[in-house]
Amino acid sequence: MTGHHTADPYRTTLRTAADWGLVALVLIVLAALTLPLGAKDGVALGWFGGSLAPLFLIGVALAVIGGRTAPSRPLGAWVELAAVALAWLLPLHLLDEEIDLSAGWGLWLFLTAATLLLWRVLGTLSGVPGWTRSVLVPGLFGLGLLAGWEVLVRGFQVPAILLPAPSRIAAALAANAPVLWDDFGQTVLTAVVRGYLMGCGAGFAVALLADRVPFLARGLLPLGNLASAIPVVGIAPIMVMWFGFDWPSKAAVIVVMTFFPMLINTLAGLDSSERIQLDLMRSYGAGHARTLVKLRLPNALPFLFNGLKINSTLALIGAIVAEFFGTPVVGMGFRISTEVARMNLDIVWATIAVAALTGSGFYGGLALLERLTTAWHPSMRER
Amino acid sequence: MTTRRFLPVATMTLLLVAVWYAGALWLNAPQAEEALVRAAKPWGWTDLLAQAYGMKRPILPTPDQVAVELWNSLTGTTPTSPRNLLFHAWVTAEAALTGLAMGLALGTLLAVGIVHTRTLEYSLLPWVIASQTIPILAIAPMIVVILGNLGLTGLLPKAVICMYLCFFPITVGMVKGLRAADPLWLDLMRTYSAGGLRSFWSLRLPASLPFLFASLKVSVAISVVGAIVGELPTGGQAGLGARLLSGSYYGQTVQIWSALVMASLLSVLLIGVVRTVELALLGKAGAR
Repeated sequence: MTGHHTADPYRTTLRTAADWGLVALVLIVLAALTLPLGAKDGVALGWFGGSLAPLFLIGVALAVIGGRTAPSRPLGAWVELAAVALAWLLPLHLLDEEIDLSAGWGLWLFLTAATLLLWRVLGTLSGVPGWTRSVLVPGLFGLGLLAGWEVLVRGFQVPAILLPAPSRIAAALAANAPVLWDDFGQTVLTAVVRGYLMGCGAGFAVALLADRVPFLARGLLPLGNLASAIPVVGIAPIMVMWFGFDWPSKAAVIVVMTFFPMLINTLAGLDSSERIQLDLMRSYGAGHARTLVKLRLPNALPFLFNGLKINSTLALIGAIVAEFFGTPVVGMGFRISTEVARMNLDIVWATIAVAALTGSGFYGGLALLERLTTAWHPSMRER
Repeated sequence: MTTRRFLPVATMTLLLVAVWYAGALWLNAPQAEEALVRAAKPWGWTDLLAQAYGMKRPILPTPDQVAVELWNSLTGTTPTSPRNLLFHAWVTAEAALTGLAMGLALGTLLAVGIVHTRTLEYSLLPWVIASQTIPILAIAPMIVVILGNLGLTGLLPKAVICMYLCFFPITVGMVKGLRAADPLWLDLMRTYSAGGLRSFWSLRLPASLPFLFASLKVSVAISVVGAIVGELPTGGQAGLGARLLSGSYYGQTVQIWSALVMASLLSVLLIGVVRTVELALLGKAGAR
């Protein structure tokens, strides 16, 4: 449904006479060349004022020309990508030369053109099915965001207290690795893993029980729906009061948070087998346990994984928020709240990076496991 | 149908209340016993019960204690006084609703972009999903501090947290919804020679409304959570989160529980409002 104009390749119209998008980019770059690149020691520096900028410019131009003359569009897109990378390396090089970029409007205009070129490249690559589209395109997009963050923060000298550059966060991550590893061990390996296993296990077990006793299911489902509406994380202070500062209180919060999503998803999954499949099992003379293991649980797997995925995020949130209410002097939530108070924002951002990686890794691992175990399921077919 | 469900739900609720009372006795008994022993008077089971269920700072308050505290804090003072729970609920609701509105705008914008641009679909959608695997509530204090450094305090930092939580269900729901229009209808629009914009407003957007409302119900609930957690690091001036925090500092368990019940009521109320709007709007459109 997207606008593929099926033009006759043998007829040249004004629209197909040239790659007008590229022409616009070249015009932007030409305009950028008339503006300053930055300032050194308070003096404005032009594009041809003794820096290595012309070399970068030549490289970018060659790559773009190479991309245009490449035998196929995707191949050309890869060459144009090199142009984008080279263009974004220029400000990093200039920063190393201690050139003040905050007034270098020519450079920023140039980088805008480079970003638009990246957009064109991504547009081309999105048309290539398979790994290119599902992994490389989002990866390049993320890398572009990271590069933009780094260059903007360093170029405009944003105070680190507002937003440190990614390189600084990475440095803090490396410098504080032992501390962060201890926090990770306390919060994730101890509290989250135990609470998650207990909560999901309890939800699953009660769902199996409720499946056997429909009275229980009918009573629990509305309560479960209510529980998904209320802010369960608010029980954190109560749990800290009951179970003390160490991991049991965090695990307790996680158990309460993850119980109902798991229960609801398991029950929905167990209900998802079709009448005709159940009839077939009965015609085989299979009892309740046998039907459960051979038919209903495998059919419920996508729902189970849905619950597990939702809970993976909830468990991390529960543990970290519970640590705001009191911990031993270790843990990610503790680190965030104390270092924010001490204005050590580098470490806070490093902790956040650890949390983000943990959350994405947890989720990604579950998604991978789901792919491996439910590849046969109809819900995976249209991918 | 309703009678079939009434009995099990009533049984479960009664069971829950019974367990609650039993748990309160079990948890509070040691403290109550200590108090009775200290009073150095002969005491029996009834004294212990009365003591356990009537403590000022119980480990687990009983439902009636919470109800009484809730009633007192709702009716004891004027609704605008900081001692009234309604005032705190309003502060939280304000942040949650502002965040929801911002999340709705952002989420819809992203969904429209994703549906109409293939590049955005493949480059941005995976990051939208990844954004939710990051435990944002854990970074809430950070956001409050950063926005505070920019000179933004009060409502806005909390609303930003709510927005981050809200936009995801809305984006995902709207992407699905904007593609939910029947291909037959889309063809019909084409025979009317309606352009992309026209068929967006007249067909795609109305067709996405059921999906939007399903997402909104999820969003409004997590928005309340976001607002409450956003209030934790602000030092606890106002809001249900601040009540939770101050209750936990001073060991006022009854206050914590009543704030918790109030938060649940607020959440259920807001979902009810969304459902009412949904019924009114979709009923008019003849969808249900």
